[in-house]
Amino acid sequence: MVTDNKPNLVTVNIDGVEHQLPAGANLVDALASVGKEVPHYCYHPKLSVAGNCRMCLVELGSPLRDRATGEVVMENGKPKVGWQPKPAIACASTVTPGLHIRLDSPAVKSCREGVTELLLINHPLDCPICDQAGECKLQEYSAQYGRGYSRYIDEKNAKPKRTRLGPRVTLDDERCILCSRCVRFCNEVAGDPVLGFVNRGSYNTLTCYPGRELANNYSLNTVDICPVGALTSTDFRFRMRVWFLKQTPSVDTESSAGVNTTVWSREGKVHRVTPRRNDAVNETWMADSGRELFKSGESADRLRAARIRGAEADLGAALALAAEILRAGPLAIVGSGHQSLEEQRLLARLAKAAGARTYVPARRGAGDGLLVSEDRTPNFRGALLAGLTDREADRDLAALRAEIETGRVRSLLVCREEVASLGLDAATLAKVRLVTLGTHLDAASAAAEVALPGLTVFERSGHFVNCQFRLQSFLQAIPGPAGARPDAEILGRLLGAVEGRAVAFDAGAVWQELAASQPALAGLAAGRVPAEGVLLDGSAWRHLPFPERKLLKFAAQA
Amino acid sequence: MAVKVLERRPLSFWERTYLPQILGGLKVTWQNILRPSVTLQYPEERPVIPSGYRGVPTLVRDPNGREKCVSCQLCEFVCPPKAIRITPGEIPAGADTAHVEKAPREFDINMLRCIYCGLCQEVCPEEAIWLQGQYSMVGRTREEMVNNKARLYELGGTLPDSHLKWDHKRDEAGRQAGGHH
Ligand code: SF4
Ligand code: SF4
Ligand code: SF4
Ligand code: FES
Repeated sequence: MVTDNKPNLVTVNIDGVEHQLPAGANLVDALASVGKEVPHYCYHPKLSVAGNCRMCLVELGSPLRDRATGEVVMENGKPKVGWQPKPAIACASTVTPGLHIRLDSPAVKSCREGVTELLLINHPLDCPICDQAGECKLQEYSAQYGRGYSRYIDEKNAKPKRTRLGPRVTLDDERCILCSRCVRFCNEVAGDPVLGFVNRGSYNTLTCYPGRELANNYSLNTVDICPVGALTSTDFRFRMRVWFLKQTPSVDTESSAGVNTTVWSREGKVHRVTPRRNDAVNETWMADSGRELFKSGESADRLRAARIRGAEADLGAALALAAEILRAGPLAIVGSGHQSLEEQRLLARLAKAAGARTYVPARRGAGDGLLVSEDRTPNFRGALLAGLTDREADRDLAALRAEIETGRVRSLLVCREEVASLGLDAATLAKVRLVTLGTHLDAASAAAEVALPGLTVFERSGHFVNCQFRLQSFLQAIPGPAGARPDAEILGRLLGAVEGRAVAFDAGAVWQELAASQPALAGLAAGRVPAEGVLLDGSAWRHLPFPERKLLKFAAQA
Repeated sequence: MAVKVLERRPLSFWERTYLPQILGGLKVTWQNILRPSVTLQYPEERPVIPSGYRGVPTLVRDPNGREKCVSCQLCEFVCPPKAIRITPGEIPAGADTAHVEKAPREFDINMLRCIYCGLCQEVCPEEAIWLQGQYSMVGRTREEMVNNKARLYELGGTLPDSHLKWDHKRDEAGRQAGGHH
């Protein structure tokens, strides 16, 4: 792996054409970077090299040197190439100066045909019932590099099917091509070495250590990296064909790790969430717990329409009443690390206009040192950048309760927070005029004078700032409930009502104001955040005691 | 472009009387009056449908009564007017055909959309969907024009199967479970 910023580029010759590639880089990755595909099963850029599938065989050569003088031997004015007598696996080779590679020679083609034929000897041809169809490497490479017909006349091996490997993973051993990616993942990344192979030859079988199961919180990554349909997600299994699903880039809201995700949806329904590669944040991994969050968007207690005193109401009327409550004051505001940066900015402006004190509750959990951090909100750093708060997240709302009890706060706006668990019980909430904005019905929104419906992360677009102070964008994958409007619009209209003038709440306008008011965001604009995110300068908040200790790509500064 | 004007040939005397044309028409009339009738009294009388006719798409069972569709959704994908809508499902463990693992939970074909192209039959890897002899679909509402899974199997019935590949697979797995290693 080349880690410094300026890779040492060397000239290599691929099928007679010279290319500049970084010296020392893995050959499969380096060739992919110039658009040359080397078919491979067992190699994974984030796992150790196993070299067992042999699909990546290529012919390699290097310039010959005279043994006596050490000089490069020339032939017709060019260095003479000494080809290795047998093909070599690209996944275990690196880029070296003057390397010659044949990807297209008859020998390489027959290697691939041979490997494919051997893999297919015992592989069941059940693509019609296999969930991997459409994203299966074996299917793709067999079509592209296979010989197209079978010479094998014997019966295929029967192996265990529909095996429960763990609570979330189902294994079909007949389909396993024994690449060991899942085994290496469990050993090297998850640190839970439970998978392994038993028996020999054609009876080689993937299995779990007796008495154990694949139950760690990263088990579904094995499903992602399994090149075939051997490991399938028990939840997504037989749900929907992947070719029907629309992919939308998003960010996991489980914690401040800010794991990059892809949301797979069809016709307004999310079917699965998988990790999206970002080498600076989550590499290619994601925790299982974050993949299930989309289900709550469809739950029965979802707030689908505005409510006035518990009865469903028109959004316009609810907004008008909410504005009146906010103007009546004195107001306090509970914001959230679950809001996007844009929403937090609008809320901060609203707090300023109404002279309200703001609270951002802390949501803490145990960190796992990988991709789930101690701060269980995706965007507390955003609240700092947006000016919604300038202090550590509030462990509870005792201070706010005191204000309410003494009558110094008479109206309260709660955004995306479940305040009952933070010390604001029904008796306290009964003493204020309460407006809530959230996705689900809870004790507070049920008791609120006005409850405004919010959209989930899958239903709106925006930006989060993760624990590294990395600004990342998420896009809308599915439409929200009929009649619901984006949170930013609701907050923008409330702000307009408090300020007594129309406030632009589209992403462009909010970002213009954000970039002008926050030096760390200067020069940035909506829609201009690259896929890998933008690392912001968070030194202004270094003195705050952040809870995150260590993650895959993050370490707290001592 | 140059325009070439053609003179129309003047009509002869007989042609101007129109009698030869009238007599010619009467000849055709009389010939057909004497032929046996070919008109079908539809709907009381129905035409004989030739084999290979592409009528309403239906789902079929194999001779052992197994539903052949495995809800691979290829027909849903290929259908040009998007007439097919499938909700896949899992065959529960313990069922007779548990080894097939997958079957449609719901299967709808909207016959207001279907254009009888036969692509679904062409693409089906399980030979489960067939355009058969049924050609007339009537209904008073849009819902009635959507064939659901039960109706599709009712229309489809059973077709012969020369492979019985899933039965074969189960038998082979049973043989190997006896252990030939
Ligand atoms: S289950 Fe999948 S990832 Fe694991 S060894 Fe088999 S093919 Fe490879
Ligand atoms: S016959 Fe053509 S239009 Fe009708 S369901 Fe099949 S694929 Fe669709
Ligand atoms: S293509 Fe055949 S097996 Fe697949 S869903 Fe359609 S009818 Fe069923
Ligand atoms: S990818 Fe190189 S041997 Fe498998």
